[in-house]
Amino acid sequence: MSSQLLQLHVCKLPRLKKSRRNSGIPLHFFIPTLPNPAPSNNRSLFPYSPANQSVTVRRPFPLSHGTTTLGFIFQGGVIAAADTRASAGGLVACPEVHKITPIHSHLVVTSSGSGADCMLWERILTREIRLYQLRHRRCLSIRGTAKLLSFMLHPFKGTEVCVALTLCGWDKDLIYVCSDGARLQGDIFSVGSGSPYAYGVLDRDLRWSLSKEEAISLAREAVFRATHRDAYSGNNVDLFHVTAQGWSQRKREDLKEEYYRDMKRKTNIVEG
Amino acid sequence: MISAHGFGDPGKMKEYHYTGPVEHRFSPYAFNGGTVLAVAGEDFAIVASDTRLSEGYSIHSRDSPKCYKLTDTTVIGCSGFHGDCLTLTKIIDARLKMYKHSNNKSMTSGAIAAMLSTILYGRRFFPYYVYNIIGGLDEHGKGAVYSFDPVGSYQRDTYKAGGSASAMLQPLLDNQIGFKNMEGVQHVPLTRDKAVQLVKDVFISAAERDVYTGDALRVCVITKEGINEQTIPLRKD
Repeated sequence: MSSQLLQLHVCKLPRLKKSRRNSGIPLHFFIPTLPNPAPSNNRSLFPYSPANQSVTVRRPFPLSHGTTTLGFIFQGGVIAAADTRASAGGLVACPEVHKITPIHSHLVVTSSGSGADCMLWERILTREIRLYQLRHRRCLSIRGTAKLLSFMLHPFKGTEVCVALTLCGWDKDLIYVCSDGARLQGDIFSVGSGSPYAYGVLDRDLRWSLSKEEAISLAREAVFRATHRDAYSGNNVDLFHVTAQGWSQRKREDLKEEYYRDMKRKTNIVEG
Repeated sequence: MISAHGFGDPGKMKEYHYTGPVEHRFSPYAFNGGTVLAVAGEDFAIVASDTRLSEGYSIHSRDSPKCYKLTDTTVIGCSGFHGDCLTLTKIIDARLKMYKHSNNKSMTSGAIAAMLSTILYGRRFFPYYVYNIIGGLDEHGKGAVYSFDPVGSYQRDTYKAGGSASAMLQPLLDNQIGFKNMEGVQHVPLTRDKAVQLVKDVFISAAERDVYTGDALRVCVITKEGINEQTIPLRKD
């Protein structure tokens, strides 16, 4: 019954109308049913009311969280960088997660928050963007994509869905969308438990006029410093560069080597 | 027997003095123990699990393996809450049949993994308490392992341990199969016999140190010839 209500609510949004001609998997196969179905009075118009927050079953296991991701714009396009650690409680659930995923050839999204939520919502977003492209024969703009994502996440506001995505697009656009409902455009975003450390490094050296190599090295340095100080970030750094020609991925780099090089540099400074 | 053990944070001491009447909510979850392991090789995959089914201080069964055959090239290992494991495998089997009837072919390992992810996420707010690992051969005949968290996040790996002894086994696998944190060691690709021997050794170690793992080990080796199952006894105490 709640899935029918969700269908109704979803159908009210213009872009997500399920066309009867399409025999694709309906959206309710992907989107989970809300924890408490709204009673059939006028409260159904406000799915973010306290009904979402009332008692749910206590989970006996922790979910993956904790990260450092960043994105910034400069003259040569957009850089997106992230670490690759997924932690669940105190355990490293996976040391080689992909936190930056391409949505299509010119749009890349960095994810932070709960691992499963981000992965599934990225899949849903990719599906919707592809459907839009097939139906309307053009790519949806980055701002439109961000709006679509924000509207799709809205019914889950107040629940424990925790998604904080930064869309990095070809048009030198950087938009941060989160499950609390925020949708912000900006020049520089860093998200996650390691973001304060990354912001410190970025704020010092970031300028519009950076060259591509300088920008890449700055992003790498910011993630490296954040992984050094934040327990929940670590392992490798992923780097994507998005331009009008599309995205390109730099080879994943293990930060263990970088740490030893840095230590060596410091001892040389002290001795030399 | 309802366990008096709460699933609270590990390592925290529980207070035992009387603090007044406390309301205990019925918990729909139970932890039935068990460990699952999967390794992917060049042209084979191995999925192994112990066969002990426990709850709290009791053992319900010594012969309850946690590997379930899905197709001729895919095996899934599910550990956690046994009730959810059974229901989940029933749902996966039903969806596999539906796919076979609509599309006239079996699902590939990658497709099963993607489908399981959406099934698990469909219950985001009342999750299946199951740690899944899928092992099988992909369309090119190479070994593939997909590991899941209880809410549907998944990843293709070379090796993964899940279940009660996973935190003990995963570092051992990182070292022996991934050659992590070893300097100056030649990275030799894993042969099938060596992999099976390694899995047996790893489970013997797990049975020593984890109370929920033991009794027997069921190993399923998946190659293009089919699925070969072996059962090896483990500690029963």
